Amino acid sequence: MNFEDTQKEAAFRAEARAWLEANVPKESEMAGLDEVGRAKFWQKRKSDGGWACLTWPKQFGGRGASTIEQVIFNQEEAKFETPYMGSYFSIGQGMAAPTIMTYGSAEMQAKYLPKLASGEEIWCQLFSEPSAGSDLAALRTRAEKDGDDWIINGQKVWTTVAQYASYAILVTRTDPNVPKHKGMTYFCVDMKSPGIEVRPIKQMSGGSSFNEVYLTDVRIPDNMRLGDVGQGWRVALTTLMNERASIGGGSAGANFKSVKELAERLTIDDKPAIEDSTVRAKLASWYVEEAGLKYTEMRTLTALSRGDEPGPESSIGKLVAGVKGQDMASFAIDLLEQQGIQWDPEQDELEDAVFVSNFMSLPGLRIAGGTDEIMLNIIAERVLGLPPEPRVDKTIPFSDVPTGV
Amino acid sequence: MNFEFNDEQIFVRDVARSFLAANCPPEVVRRVLEGNEHYAADLWQQIVAQGWAATAIPEKYGGLGMSYLELVLVAEELGRVCAPVPFASSVYLATEAILLAGSEAQKEHWLPKFAEGEVIGTLAYAEKAGRTTAASLETKVENGKITGRKTTVVDAEIAQLIVVAAKSDKGDGASLYLVSLDQDGVSYESVKTIDPSMNHANIIFNGASAELLGADGEGWGLLEKILDRAAVLYAWEQLGGSETCLAMAKDHAMERYAFGRPIGSFQAIKHKLARMYVKNTLARSNAYYGAWALNTNAPELPLAAATARVGSSQAYYYSSKESIQTHGGMGFTWEVDCQFYYRRAKVLAVTIGSERVWSDKLITASDLVG
Repeated sequence: MNFEDTQKEAAFRAEARAWLEANVPKESEMAGLDEVGRAKFWQKRKSDGGWACLTWPKQFGGRGASTIEQVIFNQEEAKFETPYMGSYFSIGQGMAAPTIMTYGSAEMQAKYLPKLASGEEIWCQLFSEPSAGSDLAALRTRAEKDGDDWIINGQKVWTTVAQYASYAILVTRTDPNVPKHKGMTYFCVDMKSPGIEVRPIKQMSGGSSFNEVYLTDVRIPDNMRLGDVGQGWRVALTTLMNERASIGGGSAGANFKSVKELAERLTIDDKPAIEDSTVRAKLASWYVEEAGLKYTEMRTLTALSRGDEPGPESSIGKLVAGVKGQDMASFAIDLLEQQGIQWDPEQDELEDAVFVSNFMSLPGLRIAGGTDEIMLNIIAERVLGLPPEPRVDKTIPFSDVPTGV
Repeated sequence: MNFEFNDEQIFVRDVARSFLAANCPPEVVRRVLEGNEHYAADLWQQIVAQGWAATAIPEKYGGLGMSYLELVLVAEELGRVCAPVPFASSVYLATEAILLAGSEAQKEHWLPKFAEGEVIGTLAYAEKAGRTTAASLETKVENGKITGRKTTVVDAEIAQLIVVAAKSDKGDGASLYLVSLDQDGVSYESVKTIDPSMNHANIIFNGASAELLGADGEGWGLLEKILDRAAVLYAWEQLGGSETCLAMAKDHAMERYAFGRPIGSFQAIKHKLARMYVKNTLARSNAYYGAWALNTNAPELPLAAATARVGSSQAYYYSSKESIQTHGGMGFTWEVDCQFYYRRAKVLAVTIGSERVWSDKLITASDLVG
């Protein structure tokens, strides 16, 4: 048991680091660029240097590297001050690309993958709908055949980066008269197509990182279809199973270090808050979770380093981190007492603003990408092997499924 | 990155698991729980014959000279079956105390006896309800004779040798002593506890001979170091128990039908079991780190030990209580084995300091690591 790289990993790390040292963009090179412009600038540079989408085959703009090498690059990159990448590329590269690699024609792969890798084209994901969230297979956006084209009508929601996207992956209902999982079809769609309207959603935190996307008589050629007609659910599962290789980055905001520092700075009954036994007990429990996730990740990395598949333990991350962050932010506000509620979203860089900012944004993390409850179901059913909940909608035609509206 | 046990260590674990499956079925735990034995002496003899007590003792002191990475896996397996033997007291506490603080002569004298199981050891510092500190110690040693009273000492009536924390005028206010329990001036007050599958008693020292272990006035510091090392080993034993609780609850949830379907198909049960899995996984990963820190004697050991200890105490308590809950009314009966784990979870969680105490130590230790 040790934490050292193998010889090959160490050599790769040194190579990655040397490249990063020479190529991380300087402020002067990006003058005048906005956030998305900077993200694209950095992605293009990584791509030009052969450091984008490392695990992809070279002909698609990748490097043909292993997963552990991707993780090592992420770890090294995290040590530098680099442009904020947000979700600009993660959906396209992490979810659309693997699906195109599995189901797309050679022509589609050649057309889309290199520009995904280089960051020239941003993709978004048109999956969730107002009536299809945790129950994604209840989606109702219709696709109807019209000659060689499909005509799409419906509404999608929670669509990150839709306003920047050149293309989207889209799941639709093509046959409402068969059971729900059987009547879906999957497409790629040009976001500049007539009939697509993107509207930002204002969140309770005040920000707008999501959109709703209206599709009105949008025309998609049949050669943009991924998988067979009626096979859309299976294709969508490929997308959803491709967890982004986000391992290696740090977690910012309300964490053990920041809340402990706060407790050292503040007082309770005129003594340092960190000396209070309740504060210590709570912090210790959060440390157990934070360290537990860190060392779980090391176990996952070990599996990757050996060329094995990660074990099921890697499934707990988002579930633990979401509620922990929310509770720590809430506790930090408590420690600050009355003053803790002050928040001007325009001045998020101020000391302690991170806690209120996290407090207001983290409810979203517990819902996005699988709610806590869905994550618990996944652990119970896929890891522990417990039987699924009986479902009344599985075998009857989708059009007969009861709805609340 | 190689944060994993190697094949030889996994082999040691697998052998321990099959051995205990064959030799420590629930009937053995129940026999001690219900009967008058202090421990399963027959099982202990077999365990000693397997060499487990000798695992981490160096070869020159009659041990096997293996690493702590083997010992933690044995601890996990003992926890998995709630083994009613004084392994923790003798191996995690007394053996570690002598390895850490003993003179060469003390090591040469005692360690081979621990390795062979010829002597069973334990350790005592608590004297009162609430947290005992160096300043609150009343037990004292004068002219090599010890007087005082230690409360609820684990395996007190089984052990032949005990490591005792006593008051000192010097240094940190405490010193450790080795006291042979087979002598005049040692008496016991039997106590009943929530876990009759283990032995506990109060020990009264009234002029028994005591031999200094480590330097006079460095006892409390040594005790903390011993407890840090023991905490990692306890954490693995606790983790083993917690895993069994999850396995029992899962098996029951698959077999038990209500409202026309297995209760494991209800989200109320599913989520409970998933949370057990999450807690056990966090505890396991922290226990890995604790094992690494113990094995390499890393400067991070105090933090790693406290983290492993708090994580395992929390996981075991949660899993043992929710396993009873999942079993419903039957889980609350004497007949069903859920009770073994609920009892043991709490006993192990306070034996070397409660979750609260270790949470406090965790924060203190985090200052040093940064």
